[in-house]
Amino acid sequence: MTELMRGAAPLLASHLWLVIVALFVACAISVPLAIVVADRPRLAFPVVTVAGLIQTIPGLALLALMVAVIAGTHGFGLGISAFGFPPAVIALTLYAILPILRNAVTGLRGVDPAVVEAARGMGMTRGQLMRWVQLPLAAPVIAAGIRTATVWTVGAATLATPVGQSCLGNYIFAGLQTRNWNMLIAGVIAAAGLAIVLDLILGAIEHALAKRKSPWPAIGALTGVIVLGLAILPRLGGANETTTVAARREVASSITKVRIGAKTYTEQYILVEVLKQRLQAAGIAVEVVESLGSTVVFDSLVGGQIDAYVDYSGTLWTTQLKRESGTPRWRVLVELEAWLADRGVRSLGPLGFENAYAIVVSRATANRLHATKINDLAGPSTSLAMGGDYEWFSRGEWTSVRDTYGLHFARTATFDPSLLYDAVAKGEIDAIAGFSSDGRIAANDLVTLDDPRSALPPYDAMILLSPRVANDPNVACALAPLRGAINVDLMRRANLMVDRATDKQSPAAAATWLLTEAHVQPGCH
Amino acid sequence: MIEIAAVSKRFRADAWAVRDVTLAINTGELVCVLGESGSGKTTLVKMINRLIDADEGTITVDGTDIRSTDAVALRRTIGYAIQNVGLLPHLTIAENVAMVPRLLGWDSTKTQPRVTELLALVDLADTRDRYPDQLSGGQRQRIGLARALAAKPKLLLLDEPFGALDPITRTALQGELRKIHDALGLTTVMVTHDLVEALTLADRIAVMYRSELRQFATPAELVAKPADVYVAKLMGMAKHQVDELARVTQAHD
Repeated sequence: MTELMRGAAPLLASHLWLVIVALFVACAISVPLAIVVADRPRLAFPVVTVAGLIQTIPGLALLALMVAVIAGTHGFGLGISAFGFPPAVIALTLYAILPILRNAVTGLRGVDPAVVEAARGMGMTRGQLMRWVQLPLAAPVIAAGIRTATVWTVGAATLATPVGQSCLGNYIFAGLQTRNWNMLIAGVIAAAGLAIVLDLILGAIEHALAKRKSPWPAIGALTGVIVLGLAILPRLGGANETTTVAARREVASSITKVRIGAKTYTEQYILVEVLKQRLQAAGIAVEVVESLGSTVVFDSLVGGQIDAYVDYSGTLWTTQLKRESGTPRWRVLVELEAWLADRGVRSLGPLGFENAYAIVVSRATANRLHATKINDLAGPSTSLAMGGDYEWFSRGEWTSVRDTYGLHFARTATFDPSLLYDAVAKGEIDAIAGFSSDGRIAANDLVTLDDPRSALPPYDAMILLSPRVANDPNVACALAPLRGAINVDLMRRANLMVDRATDKQSPAAAATWLLTEAHVQPGCH
Repeated sequence: MIEIAAVSKRFRADAWAVRDVTLAINTGELVCVLGESGSGKTTLVKMINRLIDADEGTITVDGTDIRSTDAVALRRTIGYAIQNVGLLPHLTIAENVAMVPRLLGWDSTKTQPRVTELLALVDLADTRDRYPDQLSGGQRQRIGLARALAAKPKLLLLDEPFGALDPITRTALQGELRKIHDALGLTTVMVTHDLVEALTLADRIAVMYRSELRQFATPAELVAKPADVYVAKLMGMAKHQVDELARVTQAHD
């Protein structure tokens, strides 16, 4: 548990920083905007409506949208990174604008007209009227808006993890995917605690303004919390040993620090630890960016925001090359390597196992339907329900399987990947699109149906290197020995070590076990 | 001192707020602008300190056309108080009274004695560090008057200043206003819809009806020689009220 708390500290710090920057920018936009539109109803209506429309976009979608917008406009023509902090902070800022803007407009309009008339009658200019009368009188209402925005932003910021910004969402996503409830709860408690602390302090500021007392003690407390949080929290984390190792080897390699990425599921958390342990053993400092969205991660590699991660041939084949299923395994790999090379990305070759989509049913269902191949589901499918992860039903593989075997399921349902196997084992769903390397297939006594017509493409796991490190000898010699070293049985067992309900291991421990069992020699040789 | 010549104002194309009003107010006079709500009396007075600009006609104060001066600078030289007072709720009484001097850039060695003097004038010296919501309605209105007088204006505009007060406070304040007006040698223009207030307080009364000035005369002249049917009816009302009051009080004796 202390390990968890140490790990949470730097996440809390970057969460806090993300929230503070987003709120600061949102205030800097909203308050002046409110001043301009407050007494111009024709302008105020469209402005507040647009802010309201932004608010209706779900948080995760808005973040994903920002990645697309920044990437599509080449960082607004300024080369801003479409990954990590910029998209997260822009999305959160947009999210925070509405409550601040709406309260500021309401507050400014709510100032007693008699006070405004008297002030004008005394000979105040528009600026004096705003500074000395309207803004001070609207201040408690504006402060209340900032307070609302703060609580929202602390919550919404947990969704910044999949776009590559580390925050408390890392614990929540990773905890959910690996069913590490302690980690999930630690993330939730830290986020809730942050929201409560900020809410209390901002409440004190609001109260002081409303009662015409000095808000400075509360503002001082707020500044103190922020400065202390940003200064102390990152030091509590235990990330420094790798940098010392790196310093020792600095002379030997031009690349001293590598950022490696992982998607949002157990196998990826383990494999990123495998890469990390290999690189650290070779004296290279490592920064891990966890829980990235599946397409964000490849774009980040090409863009150089991360340097290495493990992807699967079939994923790139269908989502990046937009190619159909039915191509033989060797040909996919050959064409893929050429396509990647065109983009400056180097593939270190397959790790030795596939993590393919597979149609999986429970033992009971298999027996009842006498099913061993996907073909056997064609007739009964009209009375069966099919489940998949978030991507499955919008992927080419689903259309391919459905059309190849003439499947017409009565119902389809989307599940979080961590819940899929439970759902089919407990009979809540009849068939799922599972992953062939998942240890929970064997653990739950599930049956993988054969795919005789190759409707599902091959999914060889392979290490990809960014253009920056593609030709670095140290990185290559640290990771190349992994090629062909991990068979599917080892990967399944490692996945199960993390996913099972009892005697759970951390992804790092599973990675260590995996490296030992695979007989990969430590260090560079 | 104030000359209003053929002044008109329309807020909408089809409706006059003030139509072709001409009148001249002498220095040192206390003039009441009397009328029903919607008669244009408030619009007329707000045109004098340019809270509203006239569409047609000219207004001169001490021979200067007010359109040739800066509106904000003009307002700082004219005292102004309104029915709802409009004290700044986040400032103390002293800070409220000192507002116009502050806008004019007086330094505090000049402002502070002035605030003390004015609070004494309206008999509220002990409220200096309080906030407006800690005062009664009558006290607030007296502070409003003190604030209007802070920068020693020669001209005072009042928009129904006693409209929201109970009869006893109102009568007391009317008396105080008259005293201050005489003592400081002010020229005062006061909007009111209260016939008795106008008759007892004003040197001359401007009667507004349906956006037009119907008569501008002393109370005695208005009663003796009303200019039209409306003014006659209005003055008849005053006589009727006096008769009624006499009847009620005699019945009790």
